[in-house]
Amino acid sequence: MHPAPSIILFTVLSGLGFGLMIFLGLGMPAPTGINAFIWFALAYIFAVGGLISSTFHLGNPQRALKAFTQWKTSWLSREAWLSAITLTIMAIYGAGLVFLETRWTALGYLGAACALATVYGTSMIYAQLKTVPRWNHPTTPAMFIAYALAGGSLLAGQVSVSLVLMGCAAALQAFIFFTADTRFAARGHTLETATQLGDIGKVRAFEPPHTGTNYLLHEMVHMIGRKHAQKLQIIALLLLVAPIILLLLPFSHTLAAGAVLAHLAGVLTARWLFFAQAEHVVGLYYGKRG
Amino acid sequence: MTELPTQTEKKLGLVIDLDTCVGCHACVISCKGWNTENYGAPLSDQDPYGAAPTGTFLNRVHSYEVQPETGPAQLIHFPKSCLHCEDAPCVTVCPTGASYKRVEDGIVLVNESDCIGCGLCAWACPYGAREMDQDQGVMKKCTLCVDRIYNENLPAEDREPACVRTCPAGARHFGDLGDPDSEVSQLVAERGGLDLMPEQGTKPVNQYLPPRLKDDYTNTGEIDILAPLLDPVAPDAKGLLGWLDKALEKL
Repeated sequence: MHPAPSIILFTVLSGLGFGLMIFLGLGMPAPTGINAFIWFALAYIFAVGGLISSTFHLGNPQRALKAFTQWKTSWLSREAWLSAITLTIMAIYGAGLVFLETRWTALGYLGAACALATVYGTSMIYAQLKTVPRWNHPTTPAMFIAYALAGGSLLAGQVSVSLVLMGCAAALQAFIFFTADTRFAARGHTLETATQLGDIGKVRAFEPPHTGTNYLLHEMVHMIGRKHAQKLQIIALLLLVAPIILLLLPFSHTLAAGAVLAHLAGVLTARWLFFAQAEHVVGLYYGKRG
Repeated sequence: MTELPTQTEKKLGLVIDLDTCVGCHACVISCKGWNTENYGAPLSDQDPYGAAPTGTFLNRVHSYEVQPETGPAQLIHFPKSCLHCEDAPCVTVCPTGASYKRVEDGIVLVNESDCIGCGLCAWACPYGAREMDQDQGVMKKCTLCVDRIYNENLPAEDREPACVRTCPAGARHFGDLGDPDSEVSQLVAERGGLDLMPEQGTKPVNQYLPPRLKDDYTNTGEIDILAPLLDPVAPDAKGLLGWLDKALEKL
């Protein structure tokens, strides 16, 4: 799949923002006054910045509000609702902390649950697609949630919790890197099932329908960068493990900032691979799979 | 709405005969023509006369080489457009309700004024049947020429999809696949029509008729009923020719 920068930034930044909201909602930390304002501003910059970034890949962003209508069947619509609900609840919860120096505990827990659900909603946009076997797997939502919790706890300064969560996220990512390559073949999609010509013999794409490229090839048969996939996987894992080492060293703000940057770079690399390595079944028709 | 109807009154669709298709791409051109000049955003081209032309098409013809275990390879032309699936995954993922499946005839359509151009429906389709128009930013797909098939301003013989009307080989058939007595259903039953990528569970309405068994030029044996008459009539030569034949054999 085409690794569009707007979508990579959307999923990574909003994941981080909603991850921070989970911990703010849980009261970890529970700042008040101007401190609370800074914490919440940070969470909103990431979450809303990510959501705004996602609109850059739309063909007609002026109609984006229509995306709230089909929550009964569409994960993209559900994600729009969940993020709007979360941002509203957390704004009220944050206003209590900033202006009234009051913590509405139950509201915070509700906001944290909604933030978690939002991240799950984002992940299901990809995990629901049977056409991309690499994504159509329970590890996809698990991975999105693991990154939101690890990044959120890191930004929230919950060092001991974050160490465990970052270890879990890195381990899960390693598991995905090791196991996801075989999923396409395991589903049994071949050029023979795609064309139903397998009863005659072995099928080979002889001539494509068009001499140039098209939307399908650009969007779903992306090939660039796969030759460096293994190196990038190692780089991503090193960047994901680096914050754990940096946080285990004697605490300093420089090391903490380094940990956040390394984590962000690691998630961005892993998310780029999430798209670039994902193979859509339509590639079969062009002889570009298997 | 993006909830799929549990049942449609008709299942309008295409039956494509892979035995008959000659790969002329006339259906591609007539589709592009009709759907550019009529309903909805025109099917735009980018850099059409330049070095790297691209464009939006609702129907494309692939060509595949199939190699049987014995005998020569076969070339099979393979037109592909929206299959108007009963369990259309492109419809349910749509966040705006722009994509829908009609209850009255089962046609899957896009309401372009509601489409935000997110592209998720194209990702959900296993067949590559949906293409985002790069000029208008809305999703385009086969409408089964919904603006022809019910159009009383057209002569009766033109009230079928443009691709079917134009096919010079008669490889494309249009009708109600939900009616077991319809001509298309009879054809599917007779020829063993197939679903593409059935393991995706989309239940396509469009059906593909597999190529019939081909003649094989490597067959030995009788090739002509006149062949026996061409057998040599004087196998044992006599006289001078007989002597020459024996002499040459001995060399």
